[in-house]
Amino acid sequence: MAKKSKDEILHDHNNDGIDRRGFLKCMAWAGTGALCVMEGGILKSYSLSRVGEISAKEMAGELSFVQISDSHMGFNKPANPDVAGTLKSAVEKINGLSRAPEFMLHTGDISHLSKPEEFDTVDQILKSASAKDVFFVPGEHDVLNDDGKSYLERYGKNAKGGGWYSFDKKGVHFMGLVNVMNLKAGGLGTLGHEQLEWIEDDVQHLKHSTPIVVFAHIPLWSVYPEWGWGTEDSAQALAYLKKFGSVTVLNGHIHQTMQKVEGNVTFHTAASTAFPQPQPGKADSPGPMKVPAEQLKSVLGITNVNYVQGRQALGVVDSTLA
Amino acid sequence: MIRKTVWLFGLFATVMVLTLLLSAGSPASSATPPQAASAEVKVDNFSFGPATLTVAVGTTVTWTNRDDIPHTVVSTDKVFKSKVLDTDEKFSFTFAKAGTYPYFCSIHPKMTGSVVVQ
Repeated sequence: MAKKSKDEILHDHNNDGIDRRGFLKCMAWAGTGALCVMEGGILKSYSLSRVGEISAKEMAGELSFVQISDSHMGFNKPANPDVAGTLKSAVEKINGLSRAPEFMLHTGDISHLSKPEEFDTVDQILKSASAKDVFFVPGEHDVLNDDGKSYLERYGKNAKGGGWYSFDKKGVHFMGLVNVMNLKAGGLGTLGHEQLEWIEDDVQHLKHSTPIVVFAHIPLWSVYPEWGWGTEDSAQALAYLKKFGSVTVLNGHIHQTMQKVEGNVTFHTAASTAFPQPQPGKADSPGPMKVPAEQLKSVLGITNVNYVQGRQALGVVDSTLA
Repeated sequence: MIRKTVWLFGLFATVMVLTLLLSAGSPASSATPPQAASAEVKVDNFSFGPATLTVAVGTTVTWTNRDDIPHTVVSTDKVFKSKVLDTDEKFSFTFAKAGTYPYFCSIHPKMTGSVVVQ
């Protein structure tokens, strides 16, 4: 894929620089390693094998950060016997970005078995990333023992309740949510009453023009309930965010990139840095999917996010580790 | 002489009959006690197999994780709870009381099963 093309805005309904058809057309390429950059109201698409080929000017926004997910440190089965190695590749990818991200989000399943040495290893590897600040939310693999106490001791110092928190960067409001605790038999991810009340309270006094970024492990939309790929009470959370002009939801858990746009909300899941999982319904179960060794890096990845002030929607770009 | 023989024979026969009667009434009490029943549940492909297991009171059920992902076995009514089971790890529980015991994997809550104890 070496062609370049330009998708001009034809119908800018929301006055936010995004034409839905052009956006969706561009996003459809994301799985094959395409880069869509929104700049000056025009959606540009480039074929992509290495993110570093895109110039810093083209990548520039006012805020730039990276999302990684599902490092599963400690996993050692055939789908990937070296998850530390592939996490290091992800860090190399991040360090190769022409514009260094200001910080990183890790959307959970940091460890595979919630073991201290697994968390230690991830922390160690991430130390060599260009972005020094990392914000975590837990995956179900991070809270296996002691109801997540050891996770919270490590990563939840400024957090509320079960580990949720918010912070602001350059006018963008970030909310880290926890939907992997107190899971009920037969159920999906769950936010819980206490966290929902906190969400309502947290955004109450924000201006409607404030871009919101929500990050949590299990998808906050119904990707595939049969496999537990959804959150039972996310509709309530999203209702509290309805007034905002731009909401970006970043999730992990499903080990593949997926995107959905619903009004002002863009939902996005990141690839894992450890192993892929099958597409919804394409296998008996959502377990680790084995691919030929030489293809592994092409099904793992990172997500680069750019925000340009004045443009409400954030530019979300996936790239593989290949 | 014959009377003595008849008397001895009668005694012998009585003893034999009594022995037979006594031994018929009691079980093989000198044999080892019967082995407690055991049953298996295989955990694989994000499912419990069999999903519903019916066993007798006193049975020890052993779950073995054959999946390449860790799972847990947690009773919905808090009767039993395994630690995290990685591949090939096991968890056993002996069901002393009759009843229905639904359970699930607390990591992947869509995985559910049940043990029916009769």
